Amino acid sequence: MRFAFTDDQLLFRDAVADLLAKECPPDVVRGAWDDETGRRPELWAALAEMGVVGLTVPEAHGGFGLSELDLLPILTETGRFAFPGPLLETTAVAAPLLAENASADIAQRWLPGIASGEVVATVALAGQPFVPDAQLAHVLIAQRDDRLVAVATDRLRLTPETSVDGARRLSRADWDVADEALIIDGEPGWRAANRAFDRGAVAASAQLLGLAEHLLAVTVEYVAARKQFGVPIGTFQAVKHHLADCELKLSFARPLVARAAYSLAHDLPTIERDTSAAKAMASDAAAFVARQALQCHGAIAYTVEYDVHMWLKRIWALTAAWGDAAWHRRRVAHLLLDD
Amino acid sequence: MDLNFTDAEEAFRAEARAWLEANVPHGLPSGDTREGFDLHVEWEKKLFDARWSVVSWPEEYGGRGATLWEWLIFEEEYYRAGAPQRVTQNGIFLLAPTIFEFGTDAQKSRFLPAMAAADDLWCQGWSEPDAGSDLAGIKSRAVRDDAAGGWRISGQKTWTTRGAFCNWLFGLFRTDPEAERHKGMTYLMVPLDADGVTVRGVGRLDGDEGFAEVFFDDVFVADDLVLGEVDQGWGVAMATTSSERGLTLRSPGRFCAAADRLVDLWKRRSALAASGDPAAVAAGDPALREDVAQSWIDAEAYRLATLADVTGIVEGRPQGARSSLTKIFWSELDVRLHETALALLGPSAELVDDSPSAVDGGAWMKGYQFSLSGPIYAGTNEIQRNVVAERVLGLPRK
Repeated sequence: MRFAFTDDQLLFRDAVADLLAKECPPDVVRGAWDDETGRRPELWAALAEMGVVGLTVPEAHGGFGLSELDLLPILTETGRFAFPGPLLETTAVAAPLLAENASADIAQRWLPGIASGEVVATVALAGQPFVPDAQLAHVLIAQRDDRLVAVATDRLRLTPETSVDGARRLSRADWDVADEALIIDGEPGWRAANRAFDRGAVAASAQLLGLAEHLLAVTVEYVAARKQFGVPIGTFQAVKHHLADCELKLSFARPLVARAAYSLAHDLPTIERDTSAAKAMASDAAAFVARQALQCHGAIAYTVEYDVHMWLKRIWALTAAWGDAAWHRRRVAHLLLDD
Repeated sequence: MDLNFTDAEEAFRAEARAWLEANVPHGLPSGDTREGFDLHVEWEKKLFDARWSVVSWPEEYGGRGATLWEWLIFEEEYYRAGAPQRVTQNGIFLLAPTIFEFGTDAQKSRFLPAMAAADDLWCQGWSEPDAGSDLAGIKSRAVRDDAAGGWRISGQKTWTTRGAFCNWLFGLFRTDPEAERHKGMTYLMVPLDADGVTVRGVGRLDGDEGFAEVFFDDVFVADDLVLGEVDQGWGVAMATTSSERGLTLRSPGRFCAAADRLVDLWKRRSALAASGDPAAVAAGDPALREDVAQSWIDAEAYRLATLADVTGIVEGRPQGARSSLTKIFWSELDVRLHETALALLGPSAELVDDSPSAVDGGAWMKGYQFSLSGPIYAGTNEIQRNVVAERVLGLPRK
């Protein structure tokens, strides 16, 4: 028994965090709100260069062939820096889905490009109708009932949707059936789609943890410095208790998220239950931290000049995506209570 | 990351499970009542005879030298088997770790085996009428008696759990009244049958008698009953309270077992509702279904957090002030588990004891009342939140 990440996993995470600290400061996130594609290709290339984008791509296709557990701490860092870009869709969901289910032709068409950073993938599963970054992706992995298909994005008709998070570029995607390449269907198709959904939910949970940890850290810094009534507001017990509760909720969401990644990596029969426990708890914790961070900052956090709002909005987006807390609690209830 | 136990650990689990299944008593009265206490002590003597009472202790003191992982496995099996909370827990889980850390060899051999065997029964003397969570505010005094080679103590302790049934008390006494608040206190072990001790039982919210007030009128305590250094009791006591908030007292087995019982209760109430019994209609409430699921998720989170904590301790990363997070979480989880059960019971929730229609003997209301003590004792949760803010997050004290 050892419930902790390995030294290698943490070293890799630290290296990614260093890169993001340098290449993805808040003004880059802000830039993702404003410029036309909303993305910096050189940042994606730098992550690919490190092996992050291709982390889950099998070695035979040029990736690292690593697991959900190896990816998890990195996803948390991309959350912490509010990294803009479909790493979740490409690396956490699309790559393993293709690796496990696609024919040699389809796998060879997309996976080496994902590993090298030249191909960006995104996904549209049932229940996930709003596709992130379809405007810059090369391939969409989509679910139609029991069918999972790959469609080159130049064959898509995109209808833009507007997320509360300006750095999330969402669309609805439509295409002609003739343009699809079938990956898998039937009963195995359902299973593959469910597994992909669980991977997305766990990855979103990991990002929510990082987003919330960042917000808590900047709030702690703020209340220690900000004075009212002649003393730092961080000396007030009401403020202390808000922030202690943030740490409390994060501390007990973290192990559930790690456990869900473990279940995915080891293909355990409890994947659905563990995923839903993790996403319910991570969503609730992050939403709570967002709420308290705003409250403890006061009016400054209510302005768009101040960076905090970008983290708040990413949290609101990701708590809604990949099943919200209530949806996942209902799934846990179903698995526990209906037999 | 590896969430599997070794073959040896699984063998340990199987041995514990088999013994507990064959021996756990069911339907004991509360250990916080006079008659119940004696029956619980009898059960714990049986545990000791089979060497299950203090599995993690060295064999010379009655243990099995079990690892922290094996201890955790044992706790899980203990509660899964439906075994009752330990009435010796204050000694075994709070005093013993302190004796292991600060005690002399003589103190170890005098107190540890007798504690493990449930011959010495310990209560803790922290709170006083004017000092609860503000432990540094205690006033009970111990005055030096050089001629007799010891200390003479006077004062009062209160809210002493099972104090009326125990024969020993450990606690802090002020030995240097001139010193600053956190200094000048000494950790003493006091025999409750000594001259000058008066114990008075106080009834509790949940109907049990277990609370006591303990009065000391010039009670003599010999030098060999000082634990740690004279005037250094604060540091000794802090080691104890950290055990209390941390994992030694509140092993996850108890909450996982309670969450499983809640799931079982939901299924039974749901079956009743399906058969048309109007008293069980609450089981059909979708919000309550979610509450049951959330309670189960919380218990699982607590179990997993404990696995992470134990990993850290085994690898030399102790919990420190993070034990305050643990204390807040389990105590509030315990309350929520019971609130959810009471909501499921609807009108039956108020029935207790041998009331003919009480579900599970009224255990959920009784457990609810007991759970409400969790956020109060071992330092209130308000105090714990201050600790988290200041010592985990680094917020300014003043």
